[in-house]
Amino acid sequence: MNALLQKYAEEVQAILAKYPQDSAGKRSAVMPLMYLAQREYGFISKQAIGEVAELCQISLTDVASLIGFYTLYHDEPVGKYHIQVCTDLPCALRGAEAFLENLCNNLGIKVSQTTPDGTVKIEAVMCLAGCDKAPLFQVQSPESIEYHEDQTLDSALELINKLRQI
Amino acid sequence: MMNMTDHVLLRHRDIPGLEKIDAYRKNGGFEALRKVVTNLDPDDVTNEVKASGLRGRGGAGFPTGLKWSFIDGHNWPHYVVANADESEPGTFKDREIMEFNPFQFLEGVAICAYAVKANHAYIYLRGEFWHIARKLDQGIAEMEAAGLLGDKLFRTNASIHLHTHLGAGAYICGEETALLESIEGKLGQPRLRPPFPPAFGIYGKPTIVNNVETLTNVPLIISRGAAWYKGIGTDKSPGPKIFSLSGCVNRPGNYELPLGTTFRELIFDHGRGIPDGHKIKAIMPAGASSSLVIANDEALATRMDYESVPAVGAQLGSASVIVIDDSVSIPWLINKTVRFFKHESCGKCTPCREGTYWMMHLTERISTGKATLNDVKLLQDVASQIKGKCLCALGEFSIEAVLSGMERFPADFEAATTHLAP
Repeated sequence: MNALLQKYAEEVQAILAKYPQDSAGKRSAVMPLMYLAQREYGFISKQAIGEVAELCQISLTDVASLIGFYTLYHDEPVGKYHIQVCTDLPCALRGAEAFLENLCNNLGIKVSQTTPDGTVKIEAVMCLAGCDKAPLFQVQSPESIEYHEDQTLDSALELINKLRQI
Repeated sequence: MMNMTDHVLLRHRDIPGLEKIDAYRKNGGFEALRKVVTNLDPDDVTNEVKASGLRGRGGAGFPTGLKWSFIDGHNWPHYVVANADESEPGTFKDREIMEFNPFQFLEGVAICAYAVKANHAYIYLRGEFWHIARKLDQGIAEMEAAGLLGDKLFRTNASIHLHTHLGAGAYICGEETALLESIEGKLGQPRLRPPFPPAFGIYGKPTIVNNVETLTNVPLIISRGAAWYKGIGTDKSPGPKIFSLSGCVNRPGNYELPLGTTFRELIFDHGRGIPDGHKIKAIMPAGASSSLVIANDEALATRMDYESVPAVGAQLGSASVIVIDDSVSIPWLINKTVRFFKHESCGKCTPCREGTYWMMHLTERISTGKATLNDVKLLQDVASQIKGKCLCALGEFSIEAVLSGMERFPADFEAATTHLAP
C-alpha cells in the first residue's frame, strides 16, 4: 500500500509525466517526490523512503543517500520553522554575522539550536542569492520556503512572534 | 554609458507589470518564438545567435551559438537544460530575471529548444527558489493555454515542452554535469569530461545547458537582429551583462550595463562608492570563486569583459562583483570563502574534498591569530597541490582567493602571525 500515491495520485502522476516514460525517467522523479513526502510527513521517514523508492523503482539506499547529500531534505523530525541566515562573504560584509549573533542572544539560544518552545530553529547557511539585501534569511517550513530580506533585529523578532502565534 | 531606460534583460524595470503574460505579449513578447518556429530553420536560429557573439553568462563565457552547433545530430532525442541553480556567493541576477521578467527567459528556453530540435527542456532551479519555480510553472501553463508551448506549435510540426525541476541545496549542482546527474535523480557529483553535454547529457542524450541570463538574451537577438546586439558591449564580448554588485558599497544591487564597463563606473557611479568613509581595498569580480584584485587605479580603470579582467589577475566569471574595503582582513575573508567551498565540496575527488578541509582549518587558525608563518606556508602548499588536480571547477575556485590573497596582500598575513614565533 503506497500511502503517498493513494493520497496524492494526481500530483504523483503529474511529476512522473515530466520525465521520459522509462526506468531512467522514473528515477528523475525521485527529488520532486521526496519534496512531496517531506511536505506530507514533515520529514522523510523510513516509510516515506520506501514509498518514494517504490514509485521510482529504485533501491531504498538510492533514496536515502540523496537525503544525506542534499541539505534541504531531513530524515528526522525538525522544528516547525527553520530560520536560516546567510552568513557567506557578501552578507557578512553587510553585518550578517552580528545580526545572527544578536538574534540568537535575544532568543537565548545558540546557532543551530531550537527555541525552548520548539517553534523556530536558527541556523547559519550558505549563499541564498540575496547578497544585496543582507542581512537576510529564509524561513523553511514543510509547506514552503520564504525569503525575508533587509532584516533588522526588530523585524526578525516581530516575525518570530508572528510564527509563534500560528 | 548605456541609456538606463533601455534595459535588454531587466526590461521589467522599464515596463511595469512585465511579469504578466498579457503585458509581455503587448510589448512584443513571443514574436521571436513565433518567427523562428514559423519562418526559420533551426540552423538559421543557431547561426543568428552565433553571429550575435553572445557568450555564456554563467561564468565560462563560451560562445552560445557555437555550443548549440555542437549538438550531436546522430543521437536522439535532444534536451535543453536551463541552469537556474544560481548559488555563487555574490550572484543574484538570475533570480531577478525569473521573478520579474520570466516570460523573456521562458521564450529564450523555447527558442533554444527549437534551434537544437529538442522537444523537452528542463529548468533546474536551486531548491531555495521554490517560490520562483511555482511562478514559472504557472507561466508555463499560461503559455500552453495560449498556444505558445506544446505540440503542433503555431500549426507546425514543432513540439516544445518546458518543465521545472528543483534542486535541494547543493552549490555543486550549478556545475553542468553535476546538474545533469541531479536531474537523473542521482547525487549531484560532476562527471568526467569529455564527453561534453552536447554529445552526452541527460540520459546519455545530447543536451544543451545554458545559464538563465544567457537564454534571456535570445528573444531580443532574434527580434532585433545580431547586428543590433553586436552594437552593445565590446568587439569580443558583445551585449549587455547584469553585474551583481555586493559587499562594501553604498548601493548594492543588479546593474545591467554593456560588457566593457569599467569597475570604477560600476562601483562609484552606480554603486555610489564605499560607505562609512572607508577606502576600497580589493575587488572580487566573480563572486567567492574569484581571485582578489588589488583595487588600485589600474584595476578600477579596467573594463569588465571576458578579455580585460584577466589582465588584472582574475576572471569576469558570472560578473558578481564583491567590493572589499580597508576594514576587512584578508585572512578572515579567505576563511569565509574556503569554509563555503569546504561545505559545498561534493566529496567525489580527493584534492577538493581533503584540500578544502585542510584549508579551512589553516585559515581558521590564521584568521584567529593562532597561527605561525609556517601555517601560512603550509596553506600555500595545500592550495598549490589542489591546483589543476580537481575533477571540476569547484576545487579550482576554492584556491583562487587563497593564493591571490597571500600573494597580493602579504601584510595582512604578516599582521595575523607575527606575534608568534615560527
